[in-house]
Amino acid sequence: MTQGMLVFAASVPYGPAIGLLAGLGVLFGVALYIGSRKFAVKVDPRVDEIVEALPNANCGGCGFGGCRAYAEAVVLKGVATNLCAPGGPAASAAVARIMGVADVGAEMRVAVVHCQGAPARSRSRGEYSGLRDCRAAVVPGAGGGAKSCAYGCLGYGTCVEACPFGAMVMGPDGLPQVIERLCTACGRCVEACPRSLISLHSKKQAVFVLCRSHNKAKVVREVCDVGCIACRRCEKACKHDAIHVKDNVAVIDDAKCTQCAECVKVCPRGVIWDLSAARAAYSGTRAPAEATAQVGG
Amino acid sequence: MPNLLRFHGGVHPHDDEKPRTRGLPIETAAAPATAVLPLLQHIGAPSKPVVKKGDQVLRGQAVAEAGGFVSVPVHSPVSGKVADVGKCLHPLGMSVDAVVIENDGRDASVPGFGEPVDASSLDAKAIRDRIRDAGICGMGGAGFPTHVKLSPPADKPVDTLVVNGAECEPALSADHRLMLEHAEGVASGVRLLQRALARDGRLPKTFLAVEENKPDAAAAMRSACSKLSVDCEVVELPVRYPQGAEKQLIYALTGRKVPPQSERGLPMDVSVVVQNVGTAFAVHEALERGKPLVERVLTVAGDAVGRAANVRARIGTPIAELLAARDVSPGPTRLVLGGPMMGLAQFTDELPVMKTTSGVLVERREEEEPDRFGPCIRCARCVEACPMQLVPTRLSVLAEAGLFDAMAEWGVVDCIECGCCAYVCPARRPIVHQVKLGKWMLGQAQKKAAAAAAAKGGAS
Amino acid sequence: MRVVRVSPHRSEGESIPLIMWTVVLALLPAFAVGLYVFGWRAAYVTVLSAASCVGWEALIQKLRGVRVTVADGSAVVSGVLLAFVLPASVSWYVPVVGAFVAMGIAKQAFGGLGANFFNPALVARVFLQFAFPSQVNMPEWPIVAPQVTGLARLAKSVAPGSPDAVTSATPLAVLKANPGAAWEAIPGSQPFGPPLAWLLPAGAAWAVFALLVAFAAAGIYLEATRGKRLAAVAGVGALLLFGVVPTGDISFGLVPGCIGETSAWALLLGGLALVYYRCINWRLPLAYIVTVAVLASVLPTRAGDGSLVVGFSFERTLVHVFGGGLFLGAFFMITDMVTSPLTSKGQVAFGVIAGVMAALIRLYAGYPEGVCYSILLANATRPLVDRLTMPTVFGSRRRAAPARPAG
Repeated sequence: MTQGMLVFAASVPYGPAIGLLAGLGVLFGVALYIGSRKFAVKVDPRVDEIVEALPNANCGGCGFGGCRAYAEAVVLKGVATNLCAPGGPAASAAVARIMGVADVGAEMRVAVVHCQGAPARSRSRGEYSGLRDCRAAVVPGAGGGAKSCAYGCLGYGTCVEACPFGAMVMGPDGLPQVIERLCTACGRCVEACPRSLISLHSKKQAVFVLCRSHNKAKVVREVCDVGCIACRRCEKACKHDAIHVKDNVAVIDDAKCTQCAECVKVCPRGVIWDLSAARAAYSGTRAPAEATAQVGG
Repeated sequence: MPNLLRFHGGVHPHDDEKPRTRGLPIETAAAPATAVLPLLQHIGAPSKPVVKKGDQVLRGQAVAEAGGFVSVPVHSPVSGKVADVGKCLHPLGMSVDAVVIENDGRDASVPGFGEPVDASSLDAKAIRDRIRDAGICGMGGAGFPTHVKLSPPADKPVDTLVVNGAECEPALSADHRLMLEHAEGVASGVRLLQRALARDGRLPKTFLAVEENKPDAAAAMRSACSKLSVDCEVVELPVRYPQGAEKQLIYALTGRKVPPQSERGLPMDVSVVVQNVGTAFAVHEALERGKPLVERVLTVAGDAVGRAANVRARIGTPIAELLAARDVSPGPTRLVLGGPMMGLAQFTDELPVMKTTSGVLVERREEEEPDRFGPCIRCARCVEACPMQLVPTRLSVLAEAGLFDAMAEWGVVDCIECGCCAYVCPARRPIVHQVKLGKWMLGQAQKKAAAAAAAKGGAS
Repeated sequence: MRVVRVSPHRSEGESIPLIMWTVVLALLPAFAVGLYVFGWRAAYVTVLSAASCVGWEALIQKLRGVRVTVADGSAVVSGVLLAFVLPASVSWYVPVVGAFVAMGIAKQAFGGLGANFFNPALVARVFLQFAFPSQVNMPEWPIVAPQVTGLARLAKSVAPGSPDAVTSATPLAVLKANPGAAWEAIPGSQPFGPPLAWLLPAGAAWAVFALLVAFAAAGIYLEATRGKRLAAVAGVGALLLFGVVPTGDISFGLVPGCIGETSAWALLLGGLALVYYRCINWRLPLAYIVTVAVLASVLPTRAGDGSLVVGFSFERTLVHVFGGGLFLGAFFMITDMVTSPLTSKGQVAFGVIAGVMAALIRLYAGYPEGVCYSILLANATRPLVDRLTMPTVFGSRRRAAPARPAG
């Protein structure tokens, strides 16, 4: 039979060549199949399942080097299942299900920029000429930025650049704005801000003190129209012991805050904001400027 | 005459100001109405105040004591009442603690202030202690406490003293005038420094370096050293910036190469100590005239300054007051503390003169201060110009890309921030700024890693 | 209002446009010769090429969505250089297509100015050689007929079929076809004479030459001790231009060839200007030219009849050095800042590498001219050369670059 096959192959044009290549193909196919079974690496299939369940943005918000790294950490090292911020509660539930554990739930969080001192509402002490980067502006020797307030937002957009989800934009007033719908609370903007003005808050929290200046009232009045002067009216108005003035600035304890917004009403300078109305009003796919101006500052 | 060596790189910044200022004799500026004394004018631990609000102080009295070994006291330049122990702005942009004194105008001084003192019998340790007690730190701009520099550890013996009168920054001529007008004071200070470094009774080999554009100062110093029998060789070096930079200066005079910053290299690693001529003069004034460090000579210049001058100003004089009598033209300007190549630009003139302020420049702004810079075209002028033999173009491109970790591998820590690279760059890239940013980001990452390690260590 | 920026607060005043326009200025002598030798078409092709480069770059940058940067002059330089490596007889679409390849493929696709790996003009030239071989790679090249003299030559056209043009092979082509060819058979070899200084009567010639040597030595001394660049460049330049480069059609450029490559004398003049303005490092062109000269002189080659041609021949060396595009490549192409190494040491190595390639291609490979390819091949080795020639940090044993290639 082989003899017949060889004779047949020899008679077809290019027969030997086709036969040789086909034979090689079959040989390699078989070899690869054997190899893939014999040398297969044992991988826990749950790793791949988890990777499927994650958003795969590789933002690093969980603290690991990418979604696959987090999946491996969950499966191999027993890391918590609810660390994926962009994935939110959906991812947390899926990962918990894959691992066969109870879902501890992930809180929906967003970033909030704690400064309202736009150039139009604050003073500047000169002109800064140099790298358009907030960190570069405060590096020793660079002058500390043109804003008179030593604690305020410099407005050069380093946080905007740092956001991998496009959830930070520079507003028309020179302050960064958080598009809450897109924000996954990965924390990149928090790291990027050299003045530590950005924090992650639960989405349930709607009342925020949008100032972090430790300047005394006299200085604050000189440098900013919307800065906290530590007058303590908010502290007195709060019935839930949730807001206190520490080191010349009011600070809200999210755990105690009930969103009653009494402090918002009494603040003489409009430093405290209640974003619930703005959040309710804002809907749709494109963020209107006014809505984003009020959502997250 | 040593065999002078040429360091790699360097530039010749154009300098219209120095010819104007070097002929101006030292004027004594008026004492300030309020003296603002930062408690961190030096490298090291901040000084700790020893007075409180309301205290009366005399001129020359210590208002703050050293905050550690690497620290110096701070003395009041005026007599008056302590108005506040609060904060003031530092040229680097941050806020530092300060003692504010209201001048009562009487200039009542501590006993012995300005009186001649015989220091010939002091031994090395006594000299160092008195230098520390006088609050002296490096006056060339770095501000390293002088007594610490003069106390090298036992395993790093020093055999050479270099007195730095190069003043390579354009526009500045304070050191030049100091050497010209107070040559004997400087020479006497040099001798005290030599004695502070003496080992087994042997004084170190001493050079006093000036650039070739100061032949009159060199001559004055030679004759003063000879008159006072100070064994010091006055050497004239080619004019090239940064000839006065420590590492490059030591190399030019001795051929020794100080290891770079990433290897924690210091001049004492090659058995050398470098001191500025202003520091030498301050040592003389402190040990032989009973005057702790309360004043210094600096150059006020710039094309917006109508009456440039070399002034002897009291430490703590607000820059605004210093400039008030200088006919500064109004309009948009740039205020720089220090020289044009490494000086710090300031938003406000409400800062005080510090021990390390060598110059105050006010210049008219250029028509446009471009924020945009060009792409790197790899012309390699920066590589040619870098005195530390780094590759500035690479550092700049890495910083632009945000790759700060890679900058460490390319030697960013070794950069002395002299500005030669940015000076020559045709694309006007802000290389020094990018280097500063890179260093800062690396420092932040290190702090974060250290905190994480500490937390881990603490938690486990 | 005070403005604050980080030090230094002084700048030398150099800028990218300044550098680019200096290069264009340095190309003017060669352009003048090109006009003289090839007539008005030299200007036509050059202007068309430069304009196309500017146009294509602007269009591509707009499409890319980045800032249009044609004002920095780099597109103009590429355009002029592209024209200089094309014959003056090309049709209009040749430089236009070439400009697209240069700006779009060789430059913008890599990221724009500063990011390209290969010399854009040369990449375009290679492309055109394959795309339009009959126009760019002819056996016979035109020049305006030698009988026409003076400014009248500018009115003549060398378009294909023009009655004002005469065609012949280039000097290198003749030499390639017949390595043992007699000197007189090489185009441009007649008339030929000694360098300019030596045209004077014997005594005066020696005196002038001695003076030139003295000026060159004095200039070098002044530069080394007091940094007086102009003295060194002027001194050495005068010595080379008047005392070393021979007179003759082959070195002044009245030979067939590409628009800007024929006149070694004019290109040397431009090259000296570039050295003076610190646009190029003199070591690189020197290394390149010397390597080609030495290798082309000592390496054996085969004559048309199969016999081996060995041994040094002064005439062959002259043709290799002054005929062909060596000087254009050495001063204007290989020295392109973006595609050449950062350090002096690296540039010398770079010049030698390219020189070896050029000599090998000229002697043994299929083309009579190897400069274009040798430079592109060397461009490919540039990252490796850079990595091996990084400086050592002052005071340390460490190189200023990481040991691993990454970063």
